[in-house]
Amino acid sequence: MTAAGTPSWETVTVGVGLVAAMAAYALFAGADFGGGIWDLLAGSSSRGRRARDAIDASVTPVWEGNQVWIVLGLVLLWTGFPSAFAAITITLFVPLAASLLGIVLRGVGFAFRHEAVRPASKRLTGVLFASSSLLAPFFLGAAVGAVTTGRVPPRSHGISTAAWTTPTALVTGALFVATCAYIGAIYLVGDARRRRQDDLVTYFGHRAALSGAVTGVLAAVGLVLLHSSAPYVFGRLTGVALPLVIVSVLAGATALTLILLRRQWLLRVLGALAVAAVLAAWGLAQYPWLFPTSLGLADAAAPQASQLAEIIVMGMAAVLVVPSFAWLYWLQQHGRLEHDSASVQLRRAARAQNQPVAPDAAAPDAAARPVRLLATVIVVAAAVRTLRERHRRSQA
Amino acid sequence: MTAHVLAASVIPARAQMGATLGFHIVFACFGIAMPAVVLFAHWRGLRRGDAVSLLLARRWSKVMAVLFAVGAVSGTVLSYELGLLWPTLMGVYGPAFGIPFSVEAIWFFVEAIFTAIYLYGWRRLPAWPHWWTGVPLVISGILGAFSVVSANSWMNQPSGFTLNHGRITHVDPWAVIFNQATPYEVPHMILAAYMVTGFVMAGVYAVGLLRGRRDRYHRLGFTYSFATAAVCAPVQVVFGDFVARAIEQQQPQKFAAMELVSRTKPDVTEWIGGIFWHGQVYFGIGIPDFDSLLVGYSPHKTVIGWDAVPPSLRAPLPDLIHLSFDLMVGLGMLLLLLAAWQGWFAWFRRRLLMTRWFLIPAAAAGLAAIVAMEAGWIVTEVGRQPWVVYGYLRTSAAATPSAGVPVTLAVVLVLYAVLTAVVIGVPALMGRRWQREDPGDEPDRAVAPGPPPEMSPHPELR
Repeated sequence: MTAAGTPSWETVTVGVGLVAAMAAYALFAGADFGGGIWDLLAGSSSRGRRARDAIDASVTPVWEGNQVWIVLGLVLLWTGFPSAFAAITITLFVPLAASLLGIVLRGVGFAFRHEAVRPASKRLTGVLFASSSLLAPFFLGAAVGAVTTGRVPPRSHGISTAAWTTPTALVTGALFVATCAYIGAIYLVGDARRRRQDDLVTYFGHRAALSGAVTGVLAAVGLVLLHSSAPYVFGRLTGVALPLVIVSVLAGATALTLILLRRQWLLRVLGALAVAAVLAAWGLAQYPWLFPTSLGLADAAAPQASQLAEIIVMGMAAVLVVPSFAWLYWLQQHGRLEHDSASVQLRRAARAQNQPVAPDAAAPDAAARPVRLLATVIVVAAAVRTLRERHRRSQA
Repeated sequence: MTAHVLAASVIPARAQMGATLGFHIVFACFGIAMPAVVLFAHWRGLRRGDAVSLLLARRWSKVMAVLFAVGAVSGTVLSYELGLLWPTLMGVYGPAFGIPFSVEAIWFFVEAIFTAIYLYGWRRLPAWPHWWTGVPLVISGILGAFSVVSANSWMNQPSGFTLNHGRITHVDPWAVIFNQATPYEVPHMILAAYMVTGFVMAGVYAVGLLRGRRDRYHRLGFTYSFATAAVCAPVQVVFGDFVARAIEQQQPQKFAAMELVSRTKPDVTEWIGGIFWHGQVYFGIGIPDFDSLLVGYSPHKTVIGWDAVPPSLRAPLPDLIHLSFDLMVGLGMLLLLLAAWQGWFAWFRRRLLMTRWFLIPAAAAGLAAIVAMEAGWIVTEVGRQPWVVYGYLRTSAAATPSAGVPVTLAVVLVLYAVLTAVVIGVPALMGRRWQREDPGDEPDRAVAPGPPPEMSPHPELR
């Protein structure tokens, strides 16, 4: 291991911006991917119609804007750390191309599904949208896993399949998919609540809890795997970045509890915090390396003027993009961009009858709740124990 | 074995980049220019309480959103491909080349956000604030085009960086963005975008008018779009002349291929059409001394030919470059003629020319504009070869060593073929549906019935 030089403040700032763009992509576009995953799992077209309509209404006005975060991430990476970008795109050609295919198919499926009228073409575009929602996060996750485990050589000479098919990388891919499903479900719970669709609050609540548990398990598995595949990152995750990991775990656990208790208080904030904190922890754990222990941030950094230009771009993003986004989401959350016929009619009908739907109506499966909670706890505990045993065995 | 040989050459990467760029640029045109046309109709509608203009604006905004979505996706593909296909270009020149792209990301964001607000705001936003939410689209379209085209012009006239042992050690961002080719490439492309958008939209309504739908809806739809393109056409032709002369100065090799100048000499003949074969131009119309006259305002001006550099540094396929250039100029002139014809008539007769003999070429004008723009990009991109960064980096040295390119090329070609079919089919379907529908009660689909003037559906709208 060669020591990495200390990066300048400009380099660190661009690096932080890169992690922030990734976090924004995970939180916003990730939620849209999650919507696609739940669309895929919503069952037959008659059974899943209400859920699909709700997903559609939540995702439609915002997905294009959310998609741009990855473009911002790409330009920050290639301008700020050009040699690393070149190495990543050469070595990880396959997963990146696959994730790109996912992004394209999803956009195409989504753009055209509103115009598709016949059931057959509607189904086709729906399937495109949904299945590609699995492709993109999985392969992006696998690529991140490959970088974290130091499998991308700084001077790359060709495609490497081994780099992104390590257990760590594959688990990271699965973790990204689960995280998208989790964030998506949490957003959808809030939206369903806003639209006063109580059955959907329950519906997406269950899914949020389930995917939250899966995400937690996968994150734990990933952490254990990092111990041997990326000792440097593991050491810092359990060292200097530990507070962030703890914040993420606490936020995730609280969110899970809130869902199980059917409270939506601060649910989105907690869900977002869990994801953002874990990404921040990852960024901090990599420091000062870009490719852990082979390429330092300082060595990969572009000249100072380019970094400054990127910082100005990030400033423009803060001034122009963030308020615009806030306004877009405000308009959406206040029903100014409503386009979905079903929900509009529902709201009109509710207003006409002048009777708010009773909040938290007792669900028929109220008795099943403690059972489900218990089952979740058992599954999590069993998974943790198995992992710990495996870990001990691997150490021995 | 074949796959390996293919992968080793730079052809698949170039083909893929060319295919995606050629596809994306058409949608980019609509992203740049369509908001202005829509907002103009919207403004007239609000100002004069004109339901027909409002209906046009609202329907156009739906089409605009579909086209923008496809453009956004193909734009994302391009930003990926820069790395996937040309890692060396990005790895070495990223610190300079990446800067205009980073700025573009901001305008891309603004465009995506406000497209959604404008599109989905028809029903519930107050009328004038809603109109203003479209204004950022016009601005970000132009500034976004500026950023991306300045990145391309940087590839033609690289400046603002210091190269030291294969690594960029110093960058001057302003000199990168405002390189020598920016002043002519950027306006040339923005004007082209307005012409493509205007003529394509006008073509749709020209077809409707030809089929006998001569109501106010079709006449207005035609007028708004045709006027946009017609205003740009003369500016573009004058500007194009300036562009050609700048290229003669900055990239003599590209210019030599454009005009089939094989040897450096005075009194150069201007060839219209023609194919170069063993030192001679065949099948072309030659105008003696005219090329020298165009370049230097003197029939005896010396023009640099491609013999000035060794064969390995010459632009490949001079015939392709020359014919593309002639096609672009020729179509540009025809479009100018079409615009002037309508302009003459409208100015002196105070009414619009809507005869069959005018509408038939007008219906084809959109396709002509697209072909002219694509031909222009062929001149720019093929003419820059063998360089990717002019004078610094060869295209062959920039390509990825990865063997997967033929596969992704095949996927991209199939995908984009389908996408092209769908992107023409969807607006056509929308149009057919609109013809059947009563505009007074459009169904709650992507956009529900809009602002107040909608209350009085014109009987002639049907």
